[in-house]
Amino acid sequence: MSETAERRTMNINLGPQHPATHGVLRVELELDGETVIKATPHIGYLHTGIEKTAESKLYYKVIPTTDRMDYLAPMSNNLGYCLAVEKLMEIEVPPKVKFARVLLTELTRIKSHLVWIGTHALDIGAMSMMLYAFRERELIIDVYEACGGQRMMSTYFRIGGLADELPPDFNEKVEKVLKRMPDALVDYERLLTDNRIFRNRTIDVGKISADDAINYGLTGPSLRGSGVNYDVRKANPYSGYEQFEFDIPLGANGDVYDRYIIRLEEMRQSLRIIRQALDGMPEGPFRARVPGVVLPPKEDVMFKMESLIFHFKIITEGFKPPKGAVYQAIEAPKGELGYYISSDGTNKPHRMRVRPPSFVNLSALPKMVEGGLVADVIAAIGSIDIVLGEVDR
Amino acid sequence: MGLEEKIPDSIILTTLEKMVNWSRKRSMWPFGFGLACCAIEMMSTFGPKYDLARYGMEVMRPSPRQADLMIVAGRVSMKMAPIVKRLYEQMPNPKWVLSMGACASCGGIFNNYAILQGVDKIIPVDMYVPGCPPRPEQLMEGILKLYEKVSKEPLAARKDSKPKIKPAKKA
Amino acid sequence: MEEKLKEFFEKNFSGAVLRVDEFRGQLSFYIRKEFLLDICKALFDDQDLEFRFLSDICSLDWLNAPDEDEGRFEVIYNLYSLKHKFRFFIKVRLPADNPEIDSLTSIWCAADWLEREVFDLMGITFDGHPNLVKILTPDDLEGFPLRKDFSLTYEMPRFSHNKNEPPEVI
Repeated sequence: MSETAERRTMNINLGPQHPATHGVLRVELELDGETVIKATPHIGYLHTGIEKTAESKLYYKVIPTTDRMDYLAPMSNNLGYCLAVEKLMEIEVPPKVKFARVLLTELTRIKSHLVWIGTHALDIGAMSMMLYAFRERELIIDVYEACGGQRMMSTYFRIGGLADELPPDFNEKVEKVLKRMPDALVDYERLLTDNRIFRNRTIDVGKISADDAINYGLTGPSLRGSGVNYDVRKANPYSGYEQFEFDIPLGANGDVYDRYIIRLEEMRQSLRIIRQALDGMPEGPFRARVPGVVLPPKEDVMFKMESLIFHFKIITEGFKPPKGAVYQAIEAPKGELGYYISSDGTNKPHRMRVRPPSFVNLSALPKMVEGGLVADVIAAIGSIDIVLGEVDR
Repeated sequence: MGLEEKIPDSIILTTLEKMVNWSRKRSMWPFGFGLACCAIEMMSTFGPKYDLARYGMEVMRPSPRQADLMIVAGRVSMKMAPIVKRLYEQMPNPKWVLSMGACASCGGIFNNYAILQGVDKIIPVDMYVPGCPPRPEQLMEGILKLYEKVSKEPLAARKDSKPKIKPAKKA
Repeated sequence: MEEKLKEFFEKNFSGAVLRVDEFRGQLSFYIRKEFLLDICKALFDDQDLEFRFLSDICSLDWLNAPDEDEGRFEVIYNLYSLKHKFRFFIKVRLPADNPEIDSLTSIWCAADWLEREVFDLMGITFDGHPNLVKILTPDDLEGFPLRKDFSLTYEMPRFSHNKNEPPEVI
């Protein structure tokens, strides 16, 4: 009999159906006791073929399918796609559209971070955070419903502007959000930031260094948690972001706690941007005037012949962009969301490629988790903030 | 002279069937199988504004062995379909299935190689709730209609019915 | 910044560049596939340019297009420099019968999953990749979905006159 017994490792499956994996993600763990030796994520359980579907639809018909990729921040996805097509067609949007788009996108960022904080705290054990976060989210959903008619997937942005005029009670509803959110954020901080159990479970957990983070292609709060100052809104601004004043929070350690602090601070900065956008909203049309590409205003369609013909042609046949390819990146709540649209001169896209931030962020999970304990895997998955609809598309 | 006068006021008479069905529907625990966007609306329905716990769905069990009602919320891809079937088989009888949203009922807006066109091709469904995603009030109405259906069920053994639609043949 | 890049390519890799394209303010270099690994290593190590961030790897299928003779498949590498806040594209055309190219996993760890996805959906193989298996589609799906000759498998909706037959698939 040997002196020391042979240590064998145990393979367990953090299966596709799990209350804490935020969707259908499967992680195969090789454990030695409670220490993780190897972690392999398996994805693809929500693969929907959106990129292939987009090749068979007209350009403006693709917008509702882009809503459903990152379903926690639907208006960000719409914005990225509309900006990419406008870049391809060289359409200049009126200033009111830019302000309205920035306002709604920042509301979307707050909404996405609220769901994140509710579910992340629920996984770690603070169960009441979920109820508070969803209560604040209802206020933002009221704004979505007033604009687009639907609670989550309102598909309010169009190529060349917005779908319709801003609703009459828009200012009132946004003011309600601006009044309630600062107090709510103070409440969340009081619950979690100095909580001993939360700090023990999140400090020095899931660490990744700045060089590794850049090499793995991380973006968003996961990258800024390690101290790298890269935010697409400041580096390559789009849709009028250069006119707004806001700060970018940075972390120092690269662990789960830093990412939590960064997202809370990002919510505050978003409130600042919304206040500036609401106060300075210019007057003007809500759509650009580009005959043949953007739908003409309804009064013209009722009374003028050319507008009626253009309306008919755009709805049935669409428009034909010039041959070429563009890439447009925006700062989604999860990271850098990019759209690469290649056109071959016909009225359907030749290829629409989405650069998903959650897909690239998730590939860094083994690096963050190996050498730690099993319970830290759950905390790390929560802190990367993945949405499986975007990972699998 | 009837039997009614001999019975004191504090006795309730009913059939065994009604009693069993009433107790089943009054505390049906859901197995929230949240896959995609509809899962977020399902979480909102359990949230503070539209509270579903007042209808008896107190806790959402993560394990299929402890749940009665499987709410399939979201699009079922071809890779996930065998897992859905296995989880359905792991639930103990009596069990019901509610298919929430357009993608679970019929494939929704995704009509392509990767999405199963309706979860009723692999498991038998009792109630369909349309919408993309359905509002919390719509989901609640679906659940209440399911309760009405449960209260009319006979106590004889429930045969596990085969799915009614044949799978597609490739051209 | 565009001038610095063009000079860099002229000085070190003038035989590798087939043509330079500029569209809507974005710069792309079409190169020969043998030089890919050397070019990327040089861009990564260069102290002045510092292209350390690989954003994305994308693949296109030019079946039945007018310029299909250059190569049916195209792989596009999206490189970004954090120091100069500048983005540009490296594009490689591959032949139809045996599309394969060097893997960049030795330089960037982000290339691991991105190349697996390109292999899974378009069928392009990468030499030197540690674990080139399917990542998104189920194991029993044959073929490569994003190619133009793979059908979308759209099921035609049925109406009351043909509701009992299995659906027709296009």
